Amino acid sequence: MDVAIVGVGLHPFGRFPGVSAIEMGAVAIRRALADASVEWRDIQFAFGGSYEVDNPDAVVALMGLTGIPFTDVYNGCATAASALTLAANTIRLGDYELGIAVGMDKHVPGAFKGDPRDYACPSWYGEIGHFITTKFFGMKINKYMHDHGISHATLAKVAAKAYRNGARNPNAFRRKPLAEKEILASKMLNYPLTQYMFCAPDEGAAAVVVCKAEHARRYSDHPIYLRASTVRTRRLGAFEVHSPWLPVEDTPGATVDASRAAYERAGIGPEDVDVVQLQDTDAGAEIIHLAENGFCADGEQEKLVAEGAFEIGGRLPVNTDGGLLANGEPIGASGLRQIHEVVLQLRGRAGDRQVPGNPKVGYTQLYGAPGTAGVSILSV
Amino acid sequence: MARVPIAEGLFTWPSQAPQLIGARCSACGIVTFPSQGSCPRCASTKMGEQLLSRRGRLWAWTTQDFPPPSPPYTGPGGDAFVPFGVGYIEIPGEVKVEARITETDPERLREGMEMELVVVPFRTDDAGNEVVTFAFRPVA
Repeated sequence: MDVAIVGVGLHPFGRFPGVSAIEMGAVAIRRALADASVEWRDIQFAFGGSYEVDNPDAVVALMGLTGIPFTDVYNGCATAASALTLAANTIRLGDYELGIAVGMDKHVPGAFKGDPRDYACPSWYGEIGHFITTKFFGMKINKYMHDHGISHATLAKVAAKAYRNGARNPNAFRRKPLAEKEILASKMLNYPLTQYMFCAPDEGAAAVVVCKAEHARRYSDHPIYLRASTVRTRRLGAFEVHSPWLPVEDTPGATVDASRAAYERAGIGPEDVDVVQLQDTDAGAEIIHLAENGFCADGEQEKLVAEGAFEIGGRLPVNTDGGLLANGEPIGASGLRQIHEVVLQLRGRAGDRQVPGNPKVGYTQLYGAPGTAGVSILSV
Repeated sequence: MARVPIAEGLFTWPSQAPQLIGARCSACGIVTFPSQGSCPRCASTKMGEQLLSRRGRLWAWTTQDFPPPSPPYTGPGGDAFVPFGVGYIEIPGEVKVEARITETDPERLREGMEMELVVVPFRTDDAGNEVVTFAFRPVA
């Protein structure tokens, strides 16, 4: 059974003192419901994603205590992809007609903290300073640049694009364009990545209303079809976050596995995609993920970025709303923010940042600790 | 003042030529570091101790230029923080180990360079002991 997206809603991303994550979740839900022209009482089930909020389902106190099954999800940076996948699968099971996936978070500034033992890592791994995600991203792109001939200037160009696109997005956290020179000159955090090449944990919420595809026109003049939504975890040998060791033999990462599975399920290839949202935890991650999701060969990014291929007017626009770099990362909401953006683009309603030429197929990808990835493919 | 390891069972200590202590799966032969009681490839629980070779090649690297969040980090923070290198060292035929690197100058680090295990000071504990940890240094 096919699944359609008939409503999307977003609470802006950024910093909102005095506003709770649950309140932001309720705003996103109300906007998604209005977009689908339905009421909360019409919603038959929900999945809620969050890192900071134990029980996102508590949002019913602000929406209405209708007694629906409401399941909470946490799956690292792929939390929102998991909530959406579960919502879509619930429609596919056939018992329900209309449901919602919502994500919300409110993080304190700074790198994420945690107990390494919760990640099956030993305590000493955290004590000596290895239990931090940013240095993984530094190592991965540093190796990639060495192996595939990517320059520091390309990292800066990718970050500058994100801030430029963010400036066109009224919901973005960072809306000020930054020059490549300024990005390169900002404080080095984990070589070769500087401060402005990293996204920041922040606050926000997003929601997506899904229904049986055959009934989509009841709710929306512009339904968008969810052609695939997959989640994968790392296999042995993949180079992933929080790995005290790796085997000698390399294996492709979780993103590659999730991407291949999504293309196969959708019957759509990378050459068919018109607009893309990738996990750009840092500028290097966007570069690597372009290849891991099949949009170019390893090393081609150097030339393609210089040509402007991934700009809003380029051959394949990437992170048109500014991505994580300009929006920050409220973990539970981040992936649904990507879906929100792709839906607007495919409807032709993305305003100042609309991709020209009536895009028909969109693609989203999430990646995070400890090696979890989610991919969705959408089409008109 | 005693020199105590950051954790027991991590490397042979005290020793003039310390070695990392890993495990080898008796069923499929894969090597892990640190040692663990079950195999991440074949799920066997028959794991035996494996002392790792002391030399390998730099497979990936970066620098840690700001203090990691504490907890869990217990090393010097604030103004006392000293940036350090981090990388994976591939020990041929055994395993890639993630480790602190003694060199922090990007100009002096390159993928594929030969590295050797050393034990280095990490912090001083409440009893005045010098806590030591494992690291790799470029072989001159």
